[in-house]
Order: sequence, then C-alpha cells, then structure tokens
Amino acid sequence: MIKQMDASQLRSRMNRRVRANTVWKTIFLLATLFGLFVLAILIIRVVSQGASWIDMDFLTGRLSTDAERAGIMGALLGTVWVMFVVIPVTLIIGVGTAIYLELYAKKGKFQSFIETNISNLAGVPSIVYGLLGLTVFVRLADLGNVVLAGGLTLALLVLPILIVSAQEAIRAVPAHLSEASYGMGATKWQTIRRVVLPAALPSILTGSILALSRAIGETAPLTVLGIPALLIPFPEGLFDTFTALPMQIYYWTLDSSLVAEYANLAAATIIVLLVLLFVLNSVAIFIRNKFQQRY
Amino acid sequence: MSTLANSKMSVQLQSKESTANEQMETSNSNVETSGIVYDTKDLNLWYSETHALKDINLSIHEKEVTAIIGPSGCGKSTYIKTLNRMVELVPGVQTTGTISYKNKNILDKSFKVEDLRTQVGMVFQKPNPFPKSIYENIVYGPKIHGIRNKKVLDEIVETSLRGAYIWDEVKDRLNENAYGLSGGQQQRLCIARALAVQPDVILMDEPTSALDPKSTLKIEELVQELKKDYSIIIVTHNMQQAARISDRTAFFLNGEVVEYDETDTIFTNPSDSRTEDYISGRFG
Ligand SMILES: Nc1ncnc2c1ncn2[C@@H]1O[C@H](COP(=O)(O)OP(=O)(O)OP(=O)(O)O)[C@@H](O)[C@H]1O
Ligand SMILES: [Mg+2]
Repeated sequence: MIKQMDASQLRSRMNRRVRANTVWKTIFLLATLFGLFVLAILIIRVVSQGASWIDMDFLTGRLSTDAERAGIMGALLGTVWVMFVVIPVTLIIGVGTAIYLELYAKKGKFQSFIETNISNLAGVPSIVYGLLGLTVFVRLADLGNVVLAGGLTLALLVLPILIVSAQEAIRAVPAHLSEASYGMGATKWQTIRRVVLPAALPSILTGSILALSRAIGETAPLTVLGIPALLIPFPEGLFDTFTALPMQIYYWTLDSSLVAEYANLAAATIIVLLVLLFVLNSVAIFIRNKFQQRY
Repeated sequence: MSTLANSKMSVQLQSKESTANEQMETSNSNVETSGIVYDTKDLNLWYSETHALKDINLSIHEKEVTAIIGPSGCGKSTYIKTLNRMVELVPGVQTTGTISYKNKNILDKSFKVEDLRTQVGMVFQKPNPFPKSIYENIVYGPKIHGIRNKKVLDEIVETSLRGAYIWDEVKDRLNENAYGLSGGQQQRLCIARALAVQPDVILMDEPTSALDPKSTLKIEELVQELKKDYSIIIVTHNMQQAARISDRTAFFLNGEVVEYDETDTIFTNPSDSRTEDYISGRFG
C-alpha cells in the first residue's frame, strides 16, 4: 500500500473537497438566479405598467398625442418593412460570403485577414453603423431616412454576425459527406448545392433569425439616421419614411416627463416587441430541433 | 528466411537497374494486353512538408482485386486517393511522375477530375451515406450527371442495389432514411451508390474496418462478385482479408512500394524480408 496516504487525513480532505464542491455549485446557481431575477423584475415592471394598455385599438391604431387614442400600427408596419429589406440582403450577402470564405477562398493570409475583420466588425458599436448608414445611404445615395436606408443600415449591422454563424454552420457539415459527392464526379458547386447547403441550412436559418431579432431591437443606428416618431403616414413601400418599434419606445420614454401616460405606452410597446422577439426565437429553436440532421 | 534479393517481380525502387527491368516488363506486357488499368510511373507526392509517396511504380490490372497493405502512415490512403485525385482536396499537395489511366495521364491538369471520378468510384473507411433516403442516396450520382428520367433512375436504383447485394434487404424501404440501416448495410449502400455512376474501377479504403465480422464477410463476398465487372483496389489492415480476396498485393512501407506481386507469392514466398516481417506480424 501507499504509505504517504494516511487514511484519516484522506477522509478529512475528502470532506473538504465535497464541501468545496457544494460551495461552487451554490455560487454558480446564484449567478444564474441573478440573471433570472433581473429579468423577472424587468418583466414584472413592464407588464404591470403596460399590459392593461394593450388592446386591439392600441395594436392597430395610428399614432396620436392623446395617450388614450395612440396606437403602434405605424411602428409595427415600419419594423415589418425594414425586415423585408434586412432578410434578403443579409441572407444573400451573408451566406454568399460564408460560402466563399469556407469553401472557395484559399486558406492563407488574405482569408484570415478578412475573417479577423469580420469578427471585429461584429463587435463594432451599433451607433457607428448608424453613422455609416447616414453617410452612405441617407446622404451619399440620397435616399433620405426611408425604409430602404434603415433596412440596409440594420442589414450591415447584423451581417458580420450572420456571416460568422453561417461559416460555423458550413464548417459543421462533415467532410465525409462532401467527399462522397466529389468521389462520384460532382463539381464543387453541385456538392455545395446538393450536400453542403442542405445540411447547413437549419443552422444558417437559426443564425439568421437570431441576427434578425437583434436588428429588430436596435435603436441607436435608427436615431442617428434621424428616424422620427411623428404623425407620419403608414409606410407602404421601400421609399417611404417610417418609424419602428424601438424608436417608438425611445420617444415615448423621452416624453414621459411631459405626459405621464407615455410611460405606460412605452411599456406596452416593449411588451409587443418582447413577444415578437420571443416568437422569432421560438421559431429558431423549432427549426434547429426539427430539421437539424444527425450525421 | 529468403534472402532472394532479385525476384523479377519485386519492385526495387532505388536501384536503376531494376527500374530498367520494370520498364522492359511493361513494354513487353503492352503487347499481350491492354489489361492494365493504372500504370503508375515514378510517382512522388508531398503534403507541403511530408514526402508521403516516394518513387512509386505500380501497374494495376484490369478486373482484378489489388490489395494494398502496410503499416499505419505508410501512404496507402494517399496512394489510392491519388488514383482519383481526391488527394487534391488537401491544400498544398504536390505530385511528380505520371499515372496513366487507360493511356492518359490523370495527373495532367487538363484531365478533368469530374470525368476521372465518374469512371473511378470510391468507398470510404467509414460508411458515409447522405442524410437522405436510400433511393436519394443511389440516384445522387446519376442526377449529378444529368439523368432526370424517373424510369431510368428507378432502374439504376434496382440494378445498383442488386449489384451490391442489398436489394432484398432494402427494397421495401427505399424512401426511408439511410441512417436507419446498420453499419454493414450502410457500407453496401455506399458501394451501390458508387456502382450507380457505372464506374470501371472501384477504390476501397479499409471498407470493412468499421464493421463487424459478419458484415465484413458480406463485403468480401461482394468484392469477389464485383471483380467480374470492375477493377478493384482495396486498402486493408487485415492480412487474412488481403490473402482471401485479392489477386495481387502491394506492400507499402514509409511511402515506398517494398514489394508488389501476386498475392499467393507475397503471402507464401515474399522476396523481401520486410514484407515477411510485416505479414507475419512482427511489426506494424
Ligand atoms: N492531409 C494531410 N496533411 C498532411 N500530411 C498528411 C495528410 N494525410 C496524410 N498525411 C501524411 O502522409 C503520410 C501517409 O498517410 P496515409 O494517410 O496515406 O497513410 P495510411 O497508410 O493510409 O495510414 P493508415 O493505415 O493509418 O490509414 C503520413 O505520414 C501522414 O501523416
Ligand atoms: Mg489510411
């Protein structure tokens, strides 16, 4: 037997180890609970302030200075229109870039330079994208603060996130599947289209929905673009001025010092936005669970 | 035992003299037959730094089973992946020398890899069906080559699955996901999938190493059947398997071909002591 291990010492050390284990477990649990606690306070506060203000008139009504009559239809429509720009632009450019970087680009200095910069872009504050959008889309392209300009700005903002997640999705497709395809004489494009993309699609969709929900909630870039929350007509196309849900929340919160009920309207709008995000995330989770393939 | 260093069939690569012999041999056999599918001449291959194949000279015969044996890392997979240029998927691979396939040098960049891989099918170590139905797995290759006619595709599915002796097991579940099959069935499905492109050659890289003995036996029997119509090159770590199913055997060591001969000779009377050491299990 090993002499160095004295049995009683071993037992006391054992107790200490087990205790340390319990302590750490408690610390981690508290860390988790802290997050949940903050979230709960937020939700309780928002719901108690705003829930009673949500009804059909609120959802479908026009904006009004009279708090009792104000509705968010304009902001809802604005958010939807912006999504019509963000979704195709990010999907096409984002997935295209990811395919190029993962499957076509020669691994080397240039490729890793681009990849590093994309990761860096994902960390750039959103207000900077607002400035970019203001300079390029609103002023240079002379679009004005319309749906298209707002959508393109938000698309730029979430593009790096989408590229990175699409790259990960493509990388996760096992090499032995594409080898099987090449082995039968398929070209690279056939292999990408018939094997790699279908296998990566669920993850790509999940990633893009998450990126989308980020775009829906962004306020800072829209304020820089000068998106109003005034009594403007409902947007009906890409070149109409618009407002969006987070902008509505922002302005109502600002003005709640003037009209106290605006705080309730802001809370009610937050609930609508949260529900929207919750639905989007559920769809993402559903897609991931339902279509994710086993390899 | 044998110190016979000068067997006429053994490929002594370093010596100029035997290279000359080798060339004479091939030029002689050119007359008697076009029975050579692959003629490898002075093949060298580098993975950026690693010199993985060194001066390989090998003639692979038509409608025979050629086994490639040797210890781990000796270049077996590299060699058969060179035969359909799959090795090019690894960045930084460089080759010198020639591999004539039906009298054309496949290492020539003007040789279309898609064309080559249509004529040369491959079966991998781990069964790798697509996450699709059994039917879709088989028609993948034909569809790639532009066949759309449903009737033709149905026919291809049946003949390929029959050819791989798996038709009876799957004919009632063609639309089920291939992942529901056992490992051995998946591997035969992969063989059927390779057959669906109607190749002339089938490359197999340790096709049974992930399978149980019974499935292994099935694949071995299948290989015996397939060699009536196809030339088969099979990498294996299993000496008995090589002895059972192959007509010729090449012994690789450290990227070189130590000995290449009829399988009987290799296993009963090898001319190089390293071959003997390897097949009797003294190393590797
Ligand atoms: N993708 C690669 N990149 C760099 N070196 C490689 C690569 N693949 C193989 N090699 C090297 O080339 C040599 C031959 O490898 P190869 O895979 O052909 O051996 P093998 O005989 O098939 O071995 P095993 O029996 O283990 O499958 C080894 O030294 C290996 O490390
Ligand atoms: Mg190998």
